[in-house]
Amino acid sequence: MASEMNRHWRRAIENPTVLALIGLIILCLAMTCVSDRFATLDNFSNVARQVSINAIIAAGMTIVILTGGIDLSVGSVMALSMTFCTGAMLAHVPIPIAVLIGLLTGLFFGAINGVLIAYARLPAIIVTLATMEIPRGLALLYTGGYPQSGLPASFAWIGQGEFIGLPIPIIVMLGVFGILFALLRYFPTGRYFFAMGGNEEAARLSGVSVESNKVLAYAICGLTAAISGIVLSSRLMSGQPNAGTGFELDAIAAVVLGGTAIRGGRGSIVGTLIGAMTLGVLNNGLNLMSVSPYTQKVLKGVIILFAIYAGSARRNRS
Amino acid sequence: MSADLLELRSITKRFSGIVALQDVNLSLRSGEILALVGENGAGKSTLMKILSGVYQPDSGEILLDGEKVALRNPVDAQARGISIIYQEFSLVPSFSVVDNLFLGCERTNRFGISSAAEMRRESQDILKRLGATFSIDTPVELLSVAEQQFVEIAKALLRRSRVLIMDEPTATLTGQEVERLLAIVRELVQQGIAIIFISHHLNEVFEIADSIVCLRDGQRVGQLKPSDCSQHDLIRMMVGRDVSQTFPDRPASGTKPIVLNVRQLQRKPHLPATSFQLCAGEILGIAGLVGAGRTKMVRALIGADSAFRQELLLDGKCIRLRSPADARAMGIGLVPENRQQQGLVIDASVHDNVLLASLRRFCHPRWGWLQRSIAKNASREQLEKLDVKASSVHQPVRTFSGGNQQKIVLAKWLLVDCRILILDEPTRGIDVGAKGEIYRLIRQLADRGVAILLISSELAEVIGLSDRVMVMRAQKIEHVFHSNESVSEEAIMSFAAGGNRG
Repeated sequence: MASEMNRHWRRAIENPTVLALIGLIILCLAMTCVSDRFATLDNFSNVARQVSINAIIAAGMTIVILTGGIDLSVGSVMALSMTFCTGAMLAHVPIPIAVLIGLLTGLFFGAINGVLIAYARLPAIIVTLATMEIPRGLALLYTGGYPQSGLPASFAWIGQGEFIGLPIPIIVMLGVFGILFALLRYFPTGRYFFAMGGNEEAARLSGVSVESNKVLAYAICGLTAAISGIVLSSRLMSGQPNAGTGFELDAIAAVVLGGTAIRGGRGSIVGTLIGAMTLGVLNNGLNLMSVSPYTQKVLKGVIILFAIYAGSARRNRS
Repeated sequence: MSADLLELRSITKRFSGIVALQDVNLSLRSGEILALVGENGAGKSTLMKILSGVYQPDSGEILLDGEKVALRNPVDAQARGISIIYQEFSLVPSFSVVDNLFLGCERTNRFGISSAAEMRRESQDILKRLGATFSIDTPVELLSVAEQQFVEIAKALLRRSRVLIMDEPTATLTGQEVERLLAIVRELVQQGIAIIFISHHLNEVFEIADSIVCLRDGQRVGQLKPSDCSQHDLIRMMVGRDVSQTFPDRPASGTKPIVLNVRQLQRKPHLPATSFQLCAGEILGIAGLVGAGRTKMVRALIGADSAFRQELLLDGKCIRLRSPADARAMGIGLVPENRQQQGLVIDASVHDNVLLASLRRFCHPRWGWLQRSIAKNASREQLEKLDVKASSVHQPVRTFSGGNQQKIVLAKWLLVDCRILILDEPTRGIDVGAKGEIYRLIRQLADRGVAILLISSELAEVIGLSDRVMVMRAQKIEHVFHSNESVSEEAIMSFAAGGNRG
């Protein structure tokens, strides 16, 4: 009986998602100790709202990384979707349609990435490095480089409103994670994403249409970038062609901190949510402690390296 | 005191308990051409890797000029004058001929600066000696296979090799190129170089070798002089073991309907087209040497690799298979030859692997989600049927033995309800017990009406299991033995190696 319990504990600790959660809890406890402003409801709600932007992108990034790919273009796709959406509103397009335009923009550019990677067989890192430039350039061209303000007041609801006491961005974030969690766990497509990342050739020989599933993965990633962009533009009440610079790195960091293998094949979307929250708590805590942003960067990098090292050390042991 | 240049004394090598070579002796004089023959897996490659310093023998001695030496690594072996030319060349494709020749042994002047002129002169001399006509500035990737082989030979000569090992040097050459290569080999021995020539092509062996050493199951079974024996004697020596493996009984043969008619299957425009028929409930064995094109043919058949021409009739209806997904939809599955790299997602669980090809079957008919408990029960049941013991269905397949891993791949396809199952080397690297189980399983499937295409390099297996046997050689189907014909290992080998055509 005791050994049975033991085994369960061991298995739990070896699960990277559980490990990430333990890391997050320890971090929260540490922050509570050093700052009395950390463990307040106001602060938590603030952190959650900030986290939601990165977390939504990271959710899509998880899918792509699980298949063994990478998407560096999310920040730029986010900016383009955002400016197309706000631009449409400025042209008096009804808000729902404008939002739809934004979402389709993200979906479209994501799918383009997927087609180039799956069918033209170009390496993901190069394709998305290139498509990191194109949407950004288009966003700048479209806006002339200036933020688009003067949006209809009711648009603010998406980024700033509440529903049954929960901020809308958090509801959107939970919705995205919920849907993708279900996709990965309860649908064949989700299992295919894992299998492709684990062994693409084996998946292909098992009759999985690797190409179309790859396109789908990148399309999902583009879509989540667009969702995130629309939430952000509503929070800022403007469309920013320069928004999202460097967001791809935060998203990848959240995915990796959450225990997803960077080479694909294993990981979890719940882990990514924990990873994004860890990054958010870290930022917030260090801000509360008035650590300089320069020092924060150094610390963030060190923590990411440490987390990856811990993950790989565990894998090598098993 | 022996006059031998190179001598091996009772070399033994084991890999994790399995004997790859046992007490093998070999001796070689300068200016001698020694041919090494044997079936796939007889131990030829292992022996050559020991000679070239890649492996260390567990016991036994290597003598060079009568002196005991240890070949610690390939560089060491090369420094002592032993060079090997593998089937896969070790050239840098984008480098020119001269750069490849001197890679790792660049000529430099006393300031450490490479002396291009000297290297160019030496390269030109050596290529002229070999009778090569290409320029030393050509990038190697633009040369033909035969020309690249010349570069490999030249490389060995530049390093003052005294023993040159050639592993299947003629496997990918055309008839004319083979003649030229053999002429060069004769030329080299004139200059006192000793050559170990590994080939499956017995006519070449008989044409060129001074003596022939035959390996079987890791042991030296004999040494012959080509003048004293026939190809037939040699083939018998290579394969002539008692077939003790038990194979399931064949049911009485009746006329069976043709399921798959491969009318034309051509991988590339310049390669020969193949055609054959596969009947319901039959096991059609495909024998052939490594590189004969068996795996490539079935991959092109199911659309895993692109085919130049693919004309298939399934139940008399024209079909086109562009991808393994198409094939699966038609009920055609492939168990690939390399289970770790192609058959399994090695870090994933048994359960995920077993279900990978059949997930759609377990989806809710209306909403499309996976009915997880039904799927889990199905995979558990399948594994029980195949007697695969797992502590839980979440156990990663990495932790299973080779035999169980292969059963997991088979379980994956059994869940699909295939009509045609292609098995590529289904028992490679599997212990005898598991082999027997897999044989029985294959026969059971055939009895249920599944058409089986069985690729195997083990002749006993092909003969023991198949209803009909097809022999491939050099990308084409050389011969088909009919079901009422008696098939011997000698007969298969003679077609596969292109020896006696009978």
